[in-house]
Amino acid sequence: MSTPANTRESAIRRSLLGQMRGLGSARSGTGHWWMQRVTAVALVPLAIWFVIGAIDHLGSGRTAIVHWMGGPVTATLMLALIACMFEHMQLGLQVVIEDYVHNEARRVATLLAMKAGTGLLAILAAISVLKMAIAG
Amino acid sequence: MADVREALMSGRNSEGARVRRPLSPHLQVYRPQITSTLSILHRMAGVALAVGTLLFVWWLAAAADSDAAFSLAAGVMNSPIGWLLIAGWTLALWYHFCNGIRHLWWDAGRGFELKEAHASGKFVVGAAVVLTALTLIVGALAR
Repeated sequence: MSTPANTRESAIRRSLLGQMRGLGSARSGTGHWWMQRVTAVALVPLAIWFVIGAIDHLGSGRTAIVHWMGGPVTATLMLALIACMFEHMQLGLQVVIEDYVHNEARRVATLLAMKAGTGLLAILAAISVLKMAIAG
Repeated sequence: MADVREALMSGRNSEGARVRRPLSPHLQVYRPQITSTLSILHRMAGVALAVGTLLFVWWLAAAADSDAAFSLAAGVMNSPIGWLLIAGWTLALWYHFCNGIRHLWWDAGRGFELKEAHASGKFVVGAAVVLTALTLIVGALAR
């Protein structure tokens, strides 16, 4: 780093140092960013649809909810909502954890716990919708 | 094991001696502005919504499970605390929703001028408040 940064030699040296550090692009750098946007766009109509549906079923008994979720269109949109919502949420929580949990062991442990917890929640939500759609 | 990011902290001072590179100033030295405040609020609303999915999934699973489970979940949601939580999550949802669209607009490369960023920030706050009020009023009437 004591040599001028603009010489070819130091540029190569820096690149090797970058490799040694194990940081920088692994050729999938935009994957996280892009999926966050894809799910965000999908969630715009899905969120509006769900809020309207939820208001429509406020105070409804279980039978009415099961009947609502039992419709094929509702079940499809609910599964889409669950998939996009939990993917978006995992990506967001991942960044928050990476930003604030500095100790590496604790960071990895927190990330794994978050992925497991949100993954199980997503499966529970999907199974619940499927049960109402198929078993009634 | 040492934090690998320590590798980025090595540097040299103006005399060439090895030093631990100084960090940029902490966030607290900056005066809060509408742009930075709305940015952290976006993140806080997102985390709040993540917590809110617990209630969402409980409601779904209870409806799928049994009458007893559903009446318990519905009872908690219909209590004053339940309403307060749902009102809070409604605000978090609409704020994150509106500000998320503001982010998508930025992703399209638009609205970066300071004046525009301030105006869109104010608009987003207003829209979130109006949508929240509308949702709660329609919800109260529909019940």
